Amino acid sequence: MGKYIVKRFIMMIATILIIASLTFVLMHLIPGSPFDGERTTNPTIQANLEKFYKLDQPLHIQYLSYLKSIVTFDFGPSIKKPNESVNELLARGFPISFELGMATILVALLSGIILGTIASLRHNGLVDYFAMTFAVVGISVPNFVLATLLIQQLAVKWDLLPAATWSSPLHMILPIIALATGPTAIIARLTRSSMLEVLTQDYIKMARAKGLSPARIIVRHALRNALMPVVTILGTMLAGILTGTFVIERIFAIPGMGKYFVESINNRDYPVIMGTTVFYSAFLVFMLFIVDIAYGLLDPRIKLHRKEGDA
Amino acid sequence: MTNSQEVASPQHVKDEWFRPLPKGHVNAESVVRPSLSYWKDAWRRLRKNKLAMGGLIFLVLLMLFAIFGPIFSPYSVIATDYPNQNQSPSAAHWFGTDEAGRDVFTRTWYGARISIFVGVMAALIDFFIGIIYGGISGYKGGRTDSIMMRIVEVLYGLPHLLVVILLMVIMGASLTTIIVALTVTGWVGMARIVRGQVLQIKNYEFVTASKSFGAKSSRIIRKNLLPNTMGPIIVQMTLTVPSAIFAEAFLSFLGLGIAAPFASWGVMANDALPVILSGHWWRLFFPALFISLTMFAFNVLGDGLQDALDPKLRR
Repeated sequence: MGKYIVKRFIMMIATILIIASLTFVLMHLIPGSPFDGERTTNPTIQANLEKFYKLDQPLHIQYLSYLKSIVTFDFGPSIKKPNESVNELLARGFPISFELGMATILVALLSGIILGTIASLRHNGLVDYFAMTFAVVGISVPNFVLATLLIQQLAVKWDLLPAATWSSPLHMILPIIALATGPTAIIARLTRSSMLEVLTQDYIKMARAKGLSPARIIVRHALRNALMPVVTILGTMLAGILTGTFVIERIFAIPGMGKYFVESINNRDYPVIMGTTVFYSAFLVFMLFIVDIAYGLLDPRIKLHRKEGDA
Repeated sequence: MTNSQEVASPQHVKDEWFRPLPKGHVNAESVVRPSLSYWKDAWRRLRKNKLAMGGLIFLVLLMLFAIFGPIFSPYSVIATDYPNQNQSPSAAHWFGTDEAGRDVFTRTWYGARISIFVGVMAALIDFFIGIIYGGISGYKGGRTDSIMMRIVEVLYGLPHLLVVILLMVIMGASLTTIIVALTVTGWVGMARIVRGQVLQIKNYEFVTASKSFGAKSSRIIRKNLLPNTMGPIIVQMTLTVPSAIFAEAFLSFLGLGIAAPFASWGVMANDALPVILSGHWWRLFFPALFISLTMFAFNVLGDGLQDALDPKLRR
């Protein structure tokens, strides 16, 4: 296990390094400079600006200072908002996005697992039918469509919930529903199919024969095994939710990281784009790492240090 | 659990069961039932799945409309017609018009072209890169495989949409960019599936037999391995298409999609956002409806194919 963790850790660092380098190369391939604007800048000012942002130095020096900035976690000042550093933007935006993301994944996990389990216990029954219809619809409807519908119906037409911003728990309900529906549907489907498989296994029969209560059999014996596939997709799902926050934050006018990111893309604000991408990627890769380790801990059948090649 | 090996109870056993058949009565060598190839059998099972067939029929219709809809429509996709702006659906404009007076019906079908094109191209490119990379990795095995899979693992860890967004920023928003950006990260999943399948199948006896007859590697890959990995590959492709369509809509919605007068479903939904509260529901409703229906159709078709192409589920 220890060896596996070390190996995964090295992979994680390698991935982050690749992302960081890729981002750097890509950013410098963009034609045009961030100072290209409608009005022409005085050449002296431009030179000074470039000096301030170290754009006048050779690429490899820029690259090294960029790597250093990542290690020291200091992404420098934003180009379009000179009074703010990328760190400040991250510190302001990320907690909100994180809150939205975490609330979404919790809601999705809870409701998805419950829905999937009930559906599997009532296999081919009315509840099953309803849950699976919901699941397919949930996967098919893009979250920005759902978000717009929710605002239009619940917030504007019936005036039940506030439509925008992130100021109270009440404000969080609609964005979370909009973002969580897709993942909930995926988790429900996955839970259902793996529960159906697990429930036919001999050890469940055995548990029944022992006279254990149905609740105990489901929670302790069946779910524990059935949830392994859910753990596996948790990492990629998190990536989806994270990028989903970009759209949701835009629709609901939530001042999270997504808003700054989209802004920085349209403004060609290099430091912000690079900082956000690297930060988000590192965060995601780290989450994938955690999920992998958790998977090893949860499933005793999997020996993580097993030799490669046996698929 | 079904009890397939139920044994007849003694009182049901009849003597005539044990009488020998007259000689020459049947030709024991002849195959009684028509032989079904893998694909015929899969098609037979897919046809029984109503939902999947519904999805398939919807997609065929959608493609027909995407091809012929804009041709037969009297309106242009990009030409503006300000006197008729913001009209609700009517006999003249079935899906209404947008703020520049463009016909939403025509634009929806034009958007279908773009969305389907992006989805299918992404799936095809993933397919080619995936089978080559995964095929080599799985077939060679050993060191080559470990190195190739390390690369895949690192790529798999990349947050796809972030990479796609970065690429879109750099290459500028266009259809080609979207497809390139989606395939740069997308082929990895396909390569993993192909490799897993090849790894499993290459040890089967028929491959050994082929080898012992002196077949070359390229022949074994083409004739033995790939045809047998086709099931999961096709399923993966049917699921790639909707995710590519979704990604395109997502990017367009962030303002990174194809440029203004042209339409994709994502662009139309994005344009509709500011006016949705002024009651112009048709602007969002139609593109959103077709994105959802298309995703739905591909998903149910993919599920159906998964069941139909899995030999283990054969009945």
